[in-house]
Amino acid sequence: MTSTVPTAGELPADIPDFPMTRAAGCPFDPPPTAMAKQQEAPLAKIRLWDGSTPWMVTRYAEQRALLADPRVSADITRPGYPLQTAVAPGSRSGTGSFILMDDPEHARMRRMVTAPFAIKRVAALRPAIQKIVDDLIDGMLAGPKPVDLVDAFALPVPSLVICELLGVPYSDHDFFQDNSKVVIKRDAEPEERNAAMAALSGYLDDLMGEKLAAPADDLLSGLAGRVKAGELTRQEAAQMGVLLLIAGHETTANMIALGTLALLEHPDQLAILRDTDDPKLVASAVEELLRYLNIVHNGRRRVALEDIDIAGRRIHAGDGLVFATDIANRDPEAFPDPDRLDIRRDARHHVAFGFGVHQCLGQPLARLELQVVYSTLYKRIPGLRLAAGLEQIPFKHDGVVYGVYELPVTW
Amino acid sequence: MKVTVDEAMCCGAGQCVLLAPDVFDQRDEDGVVVLLDAAPPEPLHAVVREAASVCPAAAISLGEGA
Repeated sequence: MTSTVPTAGELPADIPDFPMTRAAGCPFDPPPTAMAKQQEAPLAKIRLWDGSTPWMVTRYAEQRALLADPRVSADITRPGYPLQTAVAPGSRSGTGSFILMDDPEHARMRRMVTAPFAIKRVAALRPAIQKIVDDLIDGMLAGPKPVDLVDAFALPVPSLVICELLGVPYSDHDFFQDNSKVVIKRDAEPEERNAAMAALSGYLDDLMGEKLAAPADDLLSGLAGRVKAGELTRQEAAQMGVLLLIAGHETTANMIALGTLALLEHPDQLAILRDTDDPKLVASAVEELLRYLNIVHNGRRRVALEDIDIAGRRIHAGDGLVFATDIANRDPEAFPDPDRLDIRRDARHHVAFGFGVHQCLGQPLARLELQVVYSTLYKRIPGLRLAAGLEQIPFKHDGVVYGVYELPVTW
Repeated sequence: MKVTVDEAMCCGAGQCVLLAPDVFDQRDEDGVVVLLDAAPPEPLHAVVREAASVCPAAAISLGEGA
């Protein structure tokens, strides 16, 4: 047995590993270590998988200020960028494309795909989304029970919607759902993740070929038009397709399933939602569940381009920054009594979609899907309940996006 | 209240349109903000202030006693 004498000057015990672990029995709350760091200071050093020690920005005000600061970069290729996991050096792998770039390159590419997610364009999808939700509930009610809500409802709703919007055949859903799961698995091996990314990229490239040959009225065809016009390479267009396909179904699916579980565990809140016909209260519930659950729980990653003085501290140029939005959304300075789920509270200023110019592009669509789901599911199945104990539910502790792998329900 | 928007900074997140559709809209081609009413009436001031506050790109500025 070897002794472990710390080297002089190093205080490894003071710097906690990140990502951190949630407390047993508190599946909806952020890790206690992260909350303790927030109480101590607005910035805290953390240790990542590769031994690097970036800052975790802990509080709401500082997170908003820094995420909107042009001296803070999202460019994954810059030295000091706090990598989520091992990637080939210098590559833009992972879910690539414009979410890992800075303006003006980022703005140029993001604006190519923003129009279909504009508020009024998305609002026009409401009847189609309502029909998708109603049909899936009809299917659940006609089928056997208990049933896995993730498989029967939470994953199909956003997958059907994003397939329609992008022009991806829904019949391929097993393929893209399985590969997406690997891409966003926190502890996936680099080779495993690269293989899944390559499979999705190849799939989207094939689809791009089809859209180039025979354009339809969908987002991918719009990108194909950009390729023809010389504004994008075919590879860039395919990468944007991969990003939108993954982001379009995994996130919302987790909000549907985990949101339902949170409501089942807070029956007073569920009853308010089930009994209301007020669209404003439904919208408020969506914002509060986004805040409370903050499913993107791996921290938004950035790197400082210059020295930045904030909250009495100096961030140096080249320092990595990790924005734990889950704890910002539990900051008592921004949300009184933050650990209480209260669907009537004003939570619209939450940062569950991030902040700054990279804030979620699909948020209007996510909001609408969740509003339709939360205002329909519990009314149509008023007796909905868990078909297993909470302790038996498999949570996605290992995901970049948090949620549940399965949610057995009955009624 | 005098409202100004910076189209170059806008990232098209749409929060302003969601909150104050009588004051803000988005361009059809790229989702960038369009200002519909640079001097909104008093009853809309609170929601316009909220829109400026939640704008992730700080693309909305308010002046004159806002």
